[in-house]
Amino acid sequence: MDGYAAPEFTNIEAYLDSQLEKSLLRFITCGSVDDGKSTLIGRLLYESKMIFDDQLASLKNESKKFGTQGEEIDFALLVDGLAAEREQGITIDVAYRFFSTDRRKFIVADTPGHEQYTRNMATGASTADLAIVMIDARKGVLTQTRRHSFIVSLLGIKHVVLCINKMDLVGYDPDVFEEIEADYREFTSDFGFESIQAIPVSALAGDNVVTNSEQTAWYDGPPLMEYLDTVEIASDIQDKPFRMPVQWVNRPNLDFRGFAGQVISGTVKPGEKVRALPSGRSSTVSRIVTMGGDLDEAVEGQSVTLTLADEIDISRGDVICADQSPAEVSDQFQSTMLWMSDSAMLPGRSYMMKIGASDVQMQVTEQKYRIDVNTRAHEAAKTLGLNEIGVVNIALDREITFDPYNENRRMGGFIVIDRMTNETVGLGLINFALRRASNIHRQAMDVSRELRASMKGQKPVMLWFTGLSGAGKSTVANIVEKRLAALGKHTYALDGDNVRHGLNNDLGFTDADRVENIRRVGEVAKLMIDAGLIVLVSFISPFRAERRIVRQMVQEGEFIEVHVDVSLEEAEKRDVKGLYKKARAGEIKNFTGIDSPYEPPTDPELRLDTTQLSAEDAAEQVIAHLQNAGLLTG
Amino acid sequence: MTQLTHLDRLEAESIHILREVAASMQNPVMMYSIGKDSSVLLHLARKAFYPGPIPFPLLHVDTTWKFREMIAFRDALKDDPDIDLLVHINQEGVEQGVGPFTHGSAVHTDIMKTQALKQALTEHKFDAAIGGARRDEEKSRAKERIFSFRSAQHRWDPKNQRPELWSLYNTRIKPGESVRVFPISNWTELDIWQYIYQENIEIVPLYFAAERPVVERDGIMVMVDDDRLPLEPGETPQMKKVRFRTLGCYPLTGAVESEASSITEIIEEMLRTTTSEREGRAIDKDAPASMEMKKQEGYF
Repeated sequence: MDGYAAPEFTNIEAYLDSQLEKSLLRFITCGSVDDGKSTLIGRLLYESKMIFDDQLASLKNESKKFGTQGEEIDFALLVDGLAAEREQGITIDVAYRFFSTDRRKFIVADTPGHEQYTRNMATGASTADLAIVMIDARKGVLTQTRRHSFIVSLLGIKHVVLCINKMDLVGYDPDVFEEIEADYREFTSDFGFESIQAIPVSALAGDNVVTNSEQTAWYDGPPLMEYLDTVEIASDIQDKPFRMPVQWVNRPNLDFRGFAGQVISGTVKPGEKVRALPSGRSSTVSRIVTMGGDLDEAVEGQSVTLTLADEIDISRGDVICADQSPAEVSDQFQSTMLWMSDSAMLPGRSYMMKIGASDVQMQVTEQKYRIDVNTRAHEAAKTLGLNEIGVVNIALDREITFDPYNENRRMGGFIVIDRMTNETVGLGLINFALRRASNIHRQAMDVSRELRASMKGQKPVMLWFTGLSGAGKSTVANIVEKRLAALGKHTYALDGDNVRHGLNNDLGFTDADRVENIRRVGEVAKLMIDAGLIVLVSFISPFRAERRIVRQMVQEGEFIEVHVDVSLEEAEKRDVKGLYKKARAGEIKNFTGIDSPYEPPTDPELRLDTTQLSAEDAAEQVIAHLQNAGLLTG
Repeated sequence: MTQLTHLDRLEAESIHILREVAASMQNPVMMYSIGKDSSVLLHLARKAFYPGPIPFPLLHVDTTWKFREMIAFRDALKDDPDIDLLVHINQEGVEQGVGPFTHGSAVHTDIMKTQALKQALTEHKFDAAIGGARRDEEKSRAKERIFSFRSAQHRWDPKNQRPELWSLYNTRIKPGESVRVFPISNWTELDIWQYIYQENIEIVPLYFAAERPVVERDGIMVMVDDDRLPLEPGETPQMKKVRFRTLGCYPLTGAVESEASSITEIIEEMLRTTTSEREGRAIDKDAPASMEMKKQEGYF
């Protein structure tokens, strides 16, 4: 048997130039166990002369040891790379293989057939332009064939080659072939495939792999290799609107600020207007920078660095879009999801989502239904188990930029990551946004938080007074607010008592309610910061974790934790409102310091010991802190 | 409209991967083996972050048995202001006198390469190590992810790999864990050479044919690079016109007789040859799954 054969050429430079003109086709092979996928790929590699003598020698060795073909070469051993796969004679994981012809270079994802490896199949399909679906001529269309084809269509593959294999075992009977093809076309009629080419083959014997077989004189189509070499994969991704997720902001010095990323769709030229999402700010492309020199144009697939005419705030995860046809922005979607983990998907649980260059927190708010991958029937189900597919509603912790998956794969496909284990547990395809408002593009808010603050001649901060009941939080805050007002500052005070009578009047004093109490107050205070105010919050806020969460809600330096410190004995002695007495008597439950814990701040910006300081002196310290930090000047 | 070639697409994919590493990992490092794949990787990294410098250091794990020309080529990089080059040697191994002749190739590779690499990654607390492995090199590599997760013990679990969809890479790890990242996974050997030709990338002169002193052992031509190579009775080095298809520790790397003295001649020779690239490497020969086992133990 012959292995690798050198290509014919006389002039190496001319040969290399011709190599560069080859196009690239990525395809996936799928089929059931023993349908002969690996054998077919091994055959393609062998027939395209990609196997070297030493590989052929070791293949012959291994064929004797592990092979399932007796004395014959077992081509499957060429692609089954893991020890367990060779020993068990099955494919476990996606293997990527490379071969080329005179016209094309191919990247093949060989994926396992077992139902338990559905996720591996989806992985291979996510980057493929075409799928080879293998069918054993003796068995016809099986449940697995339906599942594989459904996943292929779900992930957006439009071209299918139906390889009806093992034709030698059915006597090359054209009726068998035609019946399987008709079956297949019928059940995939609504899968959105643009082309289906059925080919009768024997991967083992080599029929219709490279050349038309004499055994199938009734078949007038091309052999597999010829078909792969010539099939037109019309891609309109170049013609779609320009999209480039920003991966990296390149700032080597003060004079250069470039946005690096790969163009996902469309083209862009210097001078063209673009819009950064989700912010919505527009600018014009100044340069397309590469190490080989500036480009006149960047097209789909290229990794480039853009500079813009205006200094607008863009960071990793933002998407630079064509100004006239920008992508959508939303934080709620309907999505089709394939679950890939042993631990079921739970609605309400917090997961990480990665889409483009964005990492966001996500929750499934509602599962609409599960899809039976074999029959495509919709089933009522609240969760998704391993390899199950469902349609769900999703909410994110912030807005992302996207296009629906069926319009743009890389703008609408996402992965789901478990926050505890960090494993990739699911994949999702965005179908549409749930909030109608997302289609109305927000104009950039020219009145920004900075503008609001500077109009007030101050820097917005949150003064968070924490401490035991009776420590003097509200008393001190009250004096501080008067002093600030006297300095012409704009303030607002949120007080435990007044907020609990209004916004939070549905909350009690259990740990869960205390957490929610603080979360709401934090959100309100955050809005006031956005409005440019100095906010004074006086809440017992006994738990460090919640105070930390509020700290993280705002920008660094905007949260000033003031511990109004007093011993429990002193607070209880003061007992201004008589609450400690009632708590001791058991009339009030869950009272902080008595039967509910207080966790003092470990590292507050300010600690005011009100057993030593008068309320006026304590307030003076707060004002001094603000002045020293430069927060009272615009 | 600009039409992208096969190489343009491979280059763009690799740059995208390199930027993802830099943007999402805390403390990445690029493994620099001095070979042609490392030269390509370095070139891609320069492109990815141009006009800025490469935002991570390079690390060479020096087994002390590399060809002298490789070390000279490596040391020339030290003058590049945009490059931070680290060199790590397993000092315990040096103190114990570990070498391929005294301890055999398997022990030598384990101590001076695999263990040394783990030492360096642990010492510098690197959470991502970028490498130049390709899927067409070897069967177990064909199944490895681009972002390949490693446990805190640097182990690879081939049966429990994170699914990798589209071009979305899961970069999340816990403290102590790490990833190995392979930006040129989808390149073939021919792609590498074509790219070196197209981009005029500098490579170690050992790839080009020249008169070099060699001895033949077990069918492999070994270059007598220094006096540490123990000559057997009656063995004298012969001057032959040879070159190397891959580079590693000189006693473990076989030379091939060749007249190829330019990139195009190398490519021409490669296209006409009938054996695979790794044939000259002793490391893969032991058992069919030897690379897979080494990878599980932490070998790149």
